[in-house]
Amino acid sequence: MLEGWVRIPSGCAIAGIINQNGQAFSGEMIARAMTVMHDRSNGLGGGFAGYGIYPEMKEAYAFHVLAQDKTGISQVDELFKENFTVILKEPLPTRRTAGVAGTPFLMRYFLQPQKENADADQLVAATTLQINKHIGGTFVLSGAKNMGVFKGVGYPEDIAAFFRLDEYKGYLWTGHGRFPTNTPGWWGGAHPFSLLDVTLVHNGEISSYGANRRYLESQGYHMTLQTDSEAIAYACDFLHRRHQLPWEIIAKVFAPPHWWEIDRMPAEERELAVALRRTYGSLLMNGPFSIIVGFAGGMMALNDRLKLRSLVAAQNEEWVFVASEEAAIRAVCPEPESVWYPKGGEAVIQLVKENVECHAA
Amino acid sequence: MPRSLVPPAFFVERVTTRCIKCGVCVRQCGFSVHAQAEPYGEVVSTEENCVGCQRCVVFCPTRALRIMENVHSVRQHPNWTAGVIHDIQKQAETGGIILGSMGCDKDYPIYFDRLALNASQVTNPAIDPLREPMEVRTYLGSKAPRVEVKRSGVTFRLQKPMPIGIKLETPIMFAAMSFGSISKNVCEALAKAATELGTLFNTGEGGYHADLRKYAANSIVQVASGRFGVDKEYLEVARVIEIKMGQGAKPGIGGHLPGEKMTWEVARTRMIPKGTDAISPAPHHDIYSIEDLKQLIDTLKEVTDYKKPISVKVAAVHNVAAIASGIARAGADIITIDGMKGGTGAAPKVVRNEIGIPIEVAIAAVDQRLREEGIRDEVSLVASGGIRCSADVLKAICLGADAVYIGTAALVALGCHLCGKCYTGKCSWGIATQDEYLSRRVNPELGVKRLVNLVNAWTLEIKEVIGAMGINAIESLRGNRLHLRGIGLNEVELKVLGVKPAGESM
Repeated sequence: MLEGWVRIPSGCAIAGIINQNGQAFSGEMIARAMTVMHDRSNGLGGGFAGYGIYPEMKEAYAFHVLAQDKTGISQVDELFKENFTVILKEPLPTRRTAGVAGTPFLMRYFLQPQKENADADQLVAATTLQINKHIGGTFVLSGAKNMGVFKGVGYPEDIAAFFRLDEYKGYLWTGHGRFPTNTPGWWGGAHPFSLLDVTLVHNGEISSYGANRRYLESQGYHMTLQTDSEAIAYACDFLHRRHQLPWEIIAKVFAPPHWWEIDRMPAEERELAVALRRTYGSLLMNGPFSIIVGFAGGMMALNDRLKLRSLVAAQNEEWVFVASEEAAIRAVCPEPESVWYPKGGEAVIQLVKENVECHAA
Repeated sequence: MPRSLVPPAFFVERVTTRCIKCGVCVRQCGFSVHAQAEPYGEVVSTEENCVGCQRCVVFCPTRALRIMENVHSVRQHPNWTAGVIHDIQKQAETGGIILGSMGCDKDYPIYFDRLALNASQVTNPAIDPLREPMEVRTYLGSKAPRVEVKRSGVTFRLQKPMPIGIKLETPIMFAAMSFGSISKNVCEALAKAATELGTLFNTGEGGYHADLRKYAANSIVQVASGRFGVDKEYLEVARVIEIKMGQGAKPGIGGHLPGEKMTWEVARTRMIPKGTDAISPAPHHDIYSIEDLKQLIDTLKEVTDYKKPISVKVAAVHNVAAIASGIARAGADIITIDGMKGGTGAAPKVVRNEIGIPIEVAIAAVDQRLREEGIRDEVSLVASGGIRCSADVLKAICLGADAVYIGTAALVALGCHLCGKCYTGKCSWGIATQDEYLSRRVNPELGVKRLVNLVNAWTLEIKEVIGAMGINAIESLRGNRLHLRGIGLNEVELKVLGVKPAGESM
């Protein structure tokens, strides 16, 4: 039974590291942070997202694609040819790693949209969703400029070694170790989930999944994996790209203030809070979660409003870290200047400083 | 007059050793079952008058009375049941339509009872309502398609005002019941309870009594086919205006309040002459199509300066999903779907029992259709007709409702025993009557307390159950059919309800 046919709840480990100066650092660092949280995963899924990793190709859309068979790859090739110029197509570099087996075909494409003035982002998003929905056994790990997702079935440290993460450098990395509570995971079902440059790593299980899912479906999203993480990723895309809402506001949609808090707000603030709950109540993420949303130029870490999952943040010089456990942070930064536990519903949003070179957006 | 072939529906059993001949039963019965020739004399019963409302049983101080259903009035037969035979006999004797009150009493499947709710175990925690805030506040009205914000420093400001939203502190409202069908005391108890609960009550189609307008901030006023009591002030005082197109208990037909019940007070409230029959036509005579409905919606919005959400209430009929879609597109802010088990003051029994579909399937079909068309957020959905307990409320919300109406349950809280004789106006419980002597039996203050208790109890149960599901805001339950599983339903029923069978995982 393939993932996507059934819904799989899962627990997890997450981490994110950003260099505010936009300085690129090796993917080895996030791998090291994830390694100490080994016990939070069960070897059925690990993955990473790196931002700023393709500086030489930063104007092209980098696609990481997995396929169960070669037919899938040729179907993807055909689809890309319709709307894009393929600048480069190559196998995604991997190394043989103990603990990683059942490897699918993994390809990397660099694409340029053929029509200059068309809404390229919309085209890329539609192409991604089309591959995930219509080409069986084939899945887009990521498709956006100057970033990439590396994920598979295995412990995070093994996945990092398999994808040769130590050979990439980025200014922002997020990582995920998975503990699905059902059937062996599928490579496409590991985290991060992505649509365009927005990636999501998620720990928790959303009790509101059914409501979130039906809302997103009525907005034109098709849930191929039946996981709550996929729903959150699409909700990010919906609110950020389609409704143009800033991340501070998106955090208030996912984990809104309670009504008793809203009732005490000054009029203007209250009006906005009520408007958000009324309009986007179906995207309230109810139940335990901690998430890290990565995007070109920054990341957002967020807990559910009752803080039913762990999430720690730390800062040291131009570095900001978030992780499920403090140990993960101290593994890569033993003495951070400050460590704090963000409150439920209180987002940690960290952007790369403005005017920094590798700020991809 | 020849002797009626219809036997008494109930037997009155009086334990004479207990009876103290106090005459309480004589005074309590609105249907003149009990009689006493002189004070403290022998009490005799006219059983054929008995409706089984149990008023005398409850009030007999020595528990000397039993009202027993006459189950052996005909020879037992699977097709030709007592009900069928007695109806034939009644019609043979009178040549008339058989009337009924309250909801459908035919044995249709109750889908609510075949849906099981979910709870959290291990992979996500249940939330303890004693420790964490559990939110059941609900807003009714159309939603903005999107929120636009403007950054000012570190804060944000709303760019465009939102459409009017009606705040409910609990997703349970009191259904439309008119003054005329029920007594003023009952109207007052409902209005005041809604105010205390932070929810809404509905005037029904009988106008809005001047004495009760102090509760107008929590009122929904109806504009029905008879237009009774409708004037500018009526529309302006209300919180919500509801166009009543249909009623679950009697889809496709109008209403008839006989002149005998048209006291001067009811007449004044309805703005018609005293003693005349109040007839609501089957259709609105200015609405023969969806575009006509749109005109009425627009007219009502225009006269109230676009300050009132407009609700449209329809009976759940076979094509309800498409009808609801049309209503949403006609500009309604709220759609109320009234299922076939909804109550009524009076309806032909054949209509009450045979027309329409249950609310569970109707709300599921409407919610799904509106979502498929991408217009679900343009309206709020209210489910009505047969909501009996907090579990029904939860299941209706899972199936897609924003809120529910309760009518029968509210009346039961006030004493109603569902004898189904509202149309006689003789209600021994003082609810469905205009008789001064009878209607004083409902003390509005005590009634408020009972209604508030009922809704608060249900609300507590709702919080307890959603907490068990790991949910702490009711909006996460709305349309969340993954929290339902069908038990003993066939594949087609599951498909229509949009739920999986019990045992199938997420």
